[in-house]
Amino acid sequence: MQWEAVIGLEVHVQLATESKIFSGASTRFGAEPNTQACVIDLGMPGVLPVLNEKAVEMAVQFGLAVNANIPQRSYFERKNYFYPDLPKGYQTSQMAEPIVGPGYLDIPLEEGSKRVRIHHAHLEEDAGKSLHEDFHGMTGVDLNRAGTPLLEIVSEPEMNSAKEAVAYLKGIHSIVTYLGISDGNMAEGSLRCDANVSVRPKGQKELGTRCEIKNVNSFRFVEKAINHEIERQIELIEDGGRVVQETRLYDPDLDETRSMRTKEEANDYRYFPCPDLLPVELDTAYIQHLKEGLPELPDQKRQRFTEQLGLSDYDAGVLSASRALADYFDRVTEICGDAKLAANWVTGELSAQLNRDSLDLQQAPVAPEQLAGLLKRLLDDTINGKAAKQVFAALWAGEGHTADDIIEAKGLKQVTDTGAIEAIIDDVLAQNQAQVDQYKAAEADKRGKMIGFFVGQVMKASKGTANPQTVNQLLKDKLG
Amino acid sequence: MTLEAEELHKVAHLARLTLEPEAVKDYAQALSNILDLVDEMQAIDTDQVQPMAHPLDATQRLRIDEVTETVDPEYLQAGAPATEKGLYLVPRVVE
Repeated sequence: MQWEAVIGLEVHVQLATESKIFSGASTRFGAEPNTQACVIDLGMPGVLPVLNEKAVEMAVQFGLAVNANIPQRSYFERKNYFYPDLPKGYQTSQMAEPIVGPGYLDIPLEEGSKRVRIHHAHLEEDAGKSLHEDFHGMTGVDLNRAGTPLLEIVSEPEMNSAKEAVAYLKGIHSIVTYLGISDGNMAEGSLRCDANVSVRPKGQKELGTRCEIKNVNSFRFVEKAINHEIERQIELIEDGGRVVQETRLYDPDLDETRSMRTKEEANDYRYFPCPDLLPVELDTAYIQHLKEGLPELPDQKRQRFTEQLGLSDYDAGVLSASRALADYFDRVTEICGDAKLAANWVTGELSAQLNRDSLDLQQAPVAPEQLAGLLKRLLDDTINGKAAKQVFAALWAGEGHTADDIIEAKGLKQVTDTGAIEAIIDDVLAQNQAQVDQYKAAEADKRGKMIGFFVGQVMKASKGTANPQTVNQLLKDKLG
Repeated sequence: MTLEAEELHKVAHLARLTLEPEAVKDYAQALSNILDLVDEMQAIDTDQVQPMAHPLDATQRLRIDEVTETVDPEYLQAGAPATEKGLYLVPRVVE
């Protein structure tokens, strides 16, 4: 039987505010345990929460960036459950009227783009952290994270593969980092993802029973965990079993998910409006003001890259995925004037070197101005492609500050003088008479491949400085 | 509407309350009375009424995003039954 997976994601984004969502305690990461949990975060009697305006602003910015409806009114509710890292016995969250209404995100896939609808996004407070090891059989609780503002973004169950889920998650990641509303650091938990996964026979309308996978904190693990869960469910059903609705935990070491607890019914949380917080009202002028202040977003960049700069969908997708990479590319293009060439180098040579040296773009030893300087010399035929790679490697290694310095020092200037190239060609042809005879005897459609041999020999003899196009043309003329 | 004993136990469990067996009957009756009252209110036509999230006719004031609280963990933890290395200790929670 053909199976189809259905995936919905709940993404928790930690908002990059200075203080908590309802208190003036710091949100800084990595502080000593419980030094940033104030009386409000601890839920001491008599305290009152006051909403952080920055958290509201960030949530609205996100909503605008995903083309969402921003209702003028939203309010907070209490989600009641007991756990030691939740001091108040409830999490202040939103349900009936969240701050961000329905929106959507277009995700780039190899076969084209796909629209994934976002059901809503709501503001809530984070809980503390439980540490289960090393306390003589007890659990240690650090409440520093309690009250940190989170934006929970809930997608519709509209993704059909782990790849699509990862593309969606990357889309969310790039939007929040473009907007600067989160650092998006998955390792530190600034962006966390729960995946709801179910399978159904292809063509069936009705959804299968879903499992929620928690604890997936990198793009790679999201893909692996979802793939694993899809396989598990298909095997279970094919063996005559039945999927039970439950929460499962992904274990990256074993590459498997295991049952955590059977999911409590949604209404067991007994949501009710929080009497301590009044409804939030946003006027249209405020929303309009934030809309006008939005930076160019990944989608808009991608569109500009394809429509105005003529890049391929793929290149535009890669370049717009991170704001830093897009800014780098824009700067190179601005100086060298050739977007396609700039795209090739930024997604090719530059990205490969970064990978090889495990560096972030911010740490790249070659600045966009330096790369642009190199590309200008390629464009005005001062050097050929092969020499350009040498120059790039030299810039990377810090052997010179500008491409021009390196071209000069290494004598990489391209020979375009036909007389000089002709002399080399004559030598090469004389030394390879047998190949020349073979070429002349060959059918026209075989010759294309055979000429490569001579080009190679000539380039080698010129130590890579001959202009390959000139060499090609002259060879064709001479060989007849 | 009458609350069954089973439902009463479920609600008590969610609220982490212990029910003395002899109190079950009284609780069930008291809670059922409240539910009856709610049922009575359900009879009112509220189609044209906006749901009320809060009894005050006001909207939420917002706070500037600044760190204003200083935290003295020792003082705050003085009332905790057990702490270690700055952490609150609680009976082991097994996931």
